[in-house]
Amino acid sequence: MIFPFSATPAERRLLTEGRLSGPMPWVIAIMMFLTVLAAASGLALANAARNVTGGIANRITVQIVEANPDLREEQTRAAMAALAAMDGVSHVARVPDEEIDRLIEPFLGTAAEEEGIPVPTMIDADLSEALHAQLGEVEADIAAVAPAARVDDHAQFLAPLAGLIRSLSWLALGLVLLIGSALAASVILAARAALNTHRSTIEVLHLMGATDIQIARLFQRRIALDALFGGAVGFLSAVIVLLLLGQRIGAVGSELLGSASLPWTAWLVLFVLPLAGAVLATLVARFTVIGVLRKML
Amino acid sequence: MATTIAQFENVGLRYGTGAETLSDVSFSLDTGGFYFLTGPSGAGKTSLLKLLYLSQRPSRGLIRLFDTDVVTLARDRLPGFRRRIGVVFQDFRLVPHLSTFDNIALPLRVAGVEESELVSPVNEMLAWVGLADRASARPATLSGGEQQRVAIARAVIHRPEILIADEPTGNVDPEMAARLLHLFDALNKLGTTMVVATHDIHLLSRVSNAQMMRLDSGRLADPTGLLRNPPREAGRGRRPKPGA
Ligand SMILES: Nc1ncnc2c1ncn2[C@@H]1O[C@H](COP(=O)(O)OP(=O)(O)OP(=O)(O)O)[C@@H](O)[C@H]1O
Ligand SMILES: [Mg+2]
Repeated sequence: MIFPFSATPAERRLLTEGRLSGPMPWVIAIMMFLTVLAAASGLALANAARNVTGGIANRITVQIVEANPDLREEQTRAAMAALAAMDGVSHVARVPDEEIDRLIEPFLGTAAEEEGIPVPTMIDADLSEALHAQLGEVEADIAAVAPAARVDDHAQFLAPLAGLIRSLSWLALGLVLLIGSALAASVILAARAALNTHRSTIEVLHLMGATDIQIARLFQRRIALDALFGGAVGFLSAVIVLLLLGQRIGAVGSELLGSASLPWTAWLVLFVLPLAGAVLATLVARFTVIGVLRKML
Repeated sequence: MATTIAQFENVGLRYGTGAETLSDVSFSLDTGGFYFLTGPSGAGKTSLLKLLYLSQRPSRGLIRLFDTDVVTLARDRLPGFRRRIGVVFQDFRLVPHLSTFDNIALPLRVAGVEESELVSPVNEMLAWVGLADRASARPATLSGGEQQRVAIARAVIHRPEILIADEPTGNVDPEMAARLLHLFDALNKLGTTMVVATHDIHLLSRVSNAQMMRLDSGRLADPTGLLRNPPREAGRGRRPKPGA
């Protein structure tokens, strides 16, 4: 039984097989390089959006802004106790003073401590999604025991960022689709050119009783090989670029950049791209050739 | 009684919007017959043969081949019919990048014959047309007469039921023409129906019992009506089947 996409050795001898002919494999290589980069950034951004929203979206920070240090301490403890007592609060932690000092140091310098400028205390709390939905009541409960409390909702200031990241990943997906169509278009052109080059041979084969499928197999095989070669070259170049880029990002050490890393499932998707490209090229070649042949008697 | 392999009825062919290249062509070909198609250049010989080897559909009229209406035949059934026909094109149409051997093997490969099973028939055919020592030569390195013999070998390798040859002696010297015609006669005696277009008058006398068809400006001359309605009594066909 012959796999319908592959020509038999006998059929292969009906046409010359100038492999890696012309610019075709290189065009495919460039397109695959761009596709893999676009897809990688899309996947990394999607992953980042998930990390950003999933990790801290339901987190709130309670600040106790009170000039009197004793009162501040008292209200802080009261607010923490109130939070801990609520249903759906999974984690309550006071942000250590050193960390707060570190956070405000760029703005006020170390002078803040020395000169006794009052620095608010902060409490981080992770809420369940249900509780996060009723943030107003949570705020009221805290305010009842700690009037100086101010509740900051992380989701609120993360929402625009997460939205931006999400639209960027959609943009990347759009790029992948655009490049895919450009790839298909160039395969159509290449298949037509190959058909024209071999037109007289095809006519003779036709008059000998060769079927459209037989002739299409000869072309799609060649184009599939070109596409596999080009796809492999483009994929490997893109992977090298991605690995180098990953090293650079690691060196920066930023948490936000770091969250844009590629999980192994994303690598799997990237690896499938050159194979999908080869299958796409093969199918496009097949349908183009059969379409042209159908116009002959 | 001789059977009919091909039949034309009031066939007309028009390329584009011009005048008809073929008009009201009617004839009937007996299985196993030998037919010459003659006529001045531009009379429409090649056009008529194209209709016969299914490279063209007529603008009007009826064409039956192998007992089937081929005018309305679905496109995907054409390959099966074409494999039963051998064609020697006026311009050979050898595949330039294939060797002599591979050119002759083409029809077998198209038909899906196993590689192991096509070597000996192709070599036999090469020997028969006297090209055994040129098996690996490309068409461009062959002389005109050698190319013509490759084209003929390719047309008959798959033992077609009907062989259609368009000016098969157009480019060769009289001696080679005689040899080729001898070859055709031998094939015909093996049972192949022959249709040979030529304007070489000398060829016509070389085959006994051959029938003549003359085209003039797209019309078939048939004063006696014998082409349209061939006599059907036993003994009139070229090789009546025993017991017919
Ligand atoms: N594909 C075509 N398109 C338009 N006109 C054509 C085509 N093929 C042939 N003709 C015209 O049809 C007429 C008959 O051509 P055809 O080739 O059948 O003649 P022929 O008898 O074979 O001539 P020759 O002896 O020179 O080979 C000519 O006038 C030719 O110009
Ligand atoms: Mg002609």
